[in-house]
Amino acid sequence: MRIVVAMSGGVDSSVAAALLTEQGHDVIGLSMQLYSQDKGHFGSCCTLDDLNDARRVASTLGFPHYILNLEERFQETVISNFVHEYASGRTPLPCAHCNSDVKFSTLLERARGFGSESVATGHYACIERTPVGRWLLKRSVDRGKDQSYFLFSLTQEQLAGAVFPVGSLSKPAVRAEAHRLGLAVADKPDSQEICFVPDGDYAAFVARRSGDVRGGAIVDDQGRTLAAHEGVHRFTIGQRKGLGIATGIPLYVVKIDAESGDVTVGPRSALERTTLTASDVNWVSVDAPSGWLPASAQIRHRHRAAAGRVRALDDHRAEFEFDDPQSAVTPGQAVVFYDEDVVVGGGWIE
Amino acid sequence: MRIYLDHNATTPPSDAVVQRMTATLRDEFGNPSSVHHFGQRAKAIIDEARSAVAGLIGADPGDVVFTGGGTEGDNLAIRGIAEALEPTGRKHLIASAIEHEAVLNTLKALARRGWKTTLLPVNETGIVSPDTLRLAITDDTALVSVMHANNEIGTVQPIPELAAIARERRALFHTDAVQSAGKIPTDVKTLGVDLLSISAHKFYGPKGVGALWIRRGVRLQPPLTGGKQERSRRAGTENVAGIAGMGVAAREAIAKMDSESGRLAALRDRLEDGILRSVTGTALNGVRSPRVPNTTNISFDRTEAESLLIALDLEGVAVSTGSACSSGTLEPSHVLKAMGFPPHRTQNSLRFSLGAGNTETEIDRVIAVLPGIVEKLRNLTRTPVRA
Repeated sequence: MRIVVAMSGGVDSSVAAALLTEQGHDVIGLSMQLYSQDKGHFGSCCTLDDLNDARRVASTLGFPHYILNLEERFQETVISNFVHEYASGRTPLPCAHCNSDVKFSTLLERARGFGSESVATGHYACIERTPVGRWLLKRSVDRGKDQSYFLFSLTQEQLAGAVFPVGSLSKPAVRAEAHRLGLAVADKPDSQEICFVPDGDYAAFVARRSGDVRGGAIVDDQGRTLAAHEGVHRFTIGQRKGLGIATGIPLYVVKIDAESGDVTVGPRSALERTTLTASDVNWVSVDAPSGWLPASAQIRHRHRAAAGRVRALDDHRAEFEFDDPQSAVTPGQAVVFYDEDVVVGGGWIE
Repeated sequence: MRIYLDHNATTPPSDAVVQRMTATLRDEFGNPSSVHHFGQRAKAIIDEARSAVAGLIGADPGDVVFTGGGTEGDNLAIRGIAEALEPTGRKHLIASAIEHEAVLNTLKALARRGWKTTLLPVNETGIVSPDTLRLAITDDTALVSVMHANNEIGTVQPIPELAAIARERRALFHTDAVQSAGKIPTDVKTLGVDLLSISAHKFYGPKGVGALWIRRGVRLQPPLTGGKQERSRRAGTENVAGIAGMGVAAREAIAKMDSESGRLAALRDRLEDGILRSVTGTALNGVRSPRVPNTTNISFDRTEAESLLIALDLEGVAVSTGSACSSGTLEPSHVLKAMGFPPHRTQNSLRFSLGAGNTETEIDRVIAVLPGIVEKLRNLTRTPVRA
């Protein structure tokens, strides 16, 4: 079977491609150029290296490799959303958008043009099909590496076209495979941060890209101004550093109001929430549940899913009630509902 | 079966070229600058190749400088003349908008260092009208550089007329003949130019070697400094085997040009007519004539060239678009842009460039598979952007 592998130049997608090759598939490697390499305004030399790494792996394994220019699509979907969310006082999750709006949409479409009905990636997650034909998304075997949180928005059709060959392996096993196959990327460090902001300075990136960045005030829960700030895009819920105020007790960002420009700070206890609502909810293992369904909810990448219950609301929204209060429920991040290892569904925290 | 239709990118070295190069590498290791026997033998090989290359462009061998390829020849010509004429106050350079990057980016680099530069527009057929040069040229113009044949669309420029205009204004004229030498008669006297650069691997010679012809009496200041090789115009020990290979390729090109250009033109026309007839929404970019005989450039409505190129490669057909950027992705063609085509056409065009190995059977296979591939790509659903 012909299968397209989305190759980032990292060890995970390289091993994914290698495993499929060994299984006898007719593998085609595709790498995506997602932002300009030549103009240098992202300081993106590393990414050109990544593309070259992907090319070298393909050549070692003996399958064709091409680079697709998806800059326009990436700009329209991922980057514009990223900038808009920060400018609206929310904290975006671009990798999830990239998965559902670029990798498993545009790239999958292109793959079909090349005779492949699916796209394989190096994601740590598992896909299963139930006897009645429903596609399930599950946590990877390596819990520490699990990326199902970033994949919750894949529709049934997208899951049908997705293949995650390393989802059933641990990271050390993946590196061992890479060594066994003699891949040059075997010891390449894992990618960090967000790929299109390699210096990690999100605030500067958003300020460059957004025409609408204005300052505001840092206020306490009584509405008293404590300091001035240079824009709501510089803050995220739960943030403690960089507030520019000195007080006796540690203060955290508890609320961001993009309209007024007010960033409210308070003690750690003020961060706790017992409920949340989410929009644009994608139900994966079940149809939208009208009544309460026991589940756990993960509210950010490095969050241990917390127990509670979920129910669907109108307009593709959902509500979750935690058994115990959770700290820093952050608008713009994803909430993903799990039943043990299985993704029940997920949406965007409001 | 793989079908190679990308000869404007590079050509496979002929058997005779490979043989000659192998023998030279093995048996003739001398440094041509050395006084002794070994050096003399290497020098003789270069002299012989120089005569052959001079023959290809109707030149005196003494005026041919071997370079490291087309890009180096263009740089040597443009930078060399710009520097040499700088003290005279002539600090204006002209080129056409559809030149190869070797010329365009050299002009850009010089512009950053204070030279004034003008790019001549082309019309929708990709031809530089002599009138545009008449309007652009001034008494400060040091050099005009217009390519003989374009690499993407194959159109041949009216070089003799353009060169005459430059001569009237006492400006020098350079032509990048990389895509014409070996394909069509390319004679320095008929063209009336002052400098002409060529590249061996475009006519079945090796990569990494080329030549710049410099009219006797034209002085330039070489950007590369070092030894006195190539009459002090190209420093560095000569690529003896490469030069030997280029000489063989030049002789073969001269011998085969008449028969091969007719054969290729017939095959190219067969391909072009076949595609335009069998695939809906296609159009020829450029003009049928004057054009080099091996090249056609066709746009495909509603079909991204990027996907089409990959799908064709997976079917064993190697073609290309104009130029690739550093990562290897495709960029909209600056040539088609300069011809006034809208983005959907500059991004939806493929170049087919034929050569020695191509047969009628191959061309017919391409015509047979292409309509299905294009149709499949056109029928893919386009995912809309989420609100």
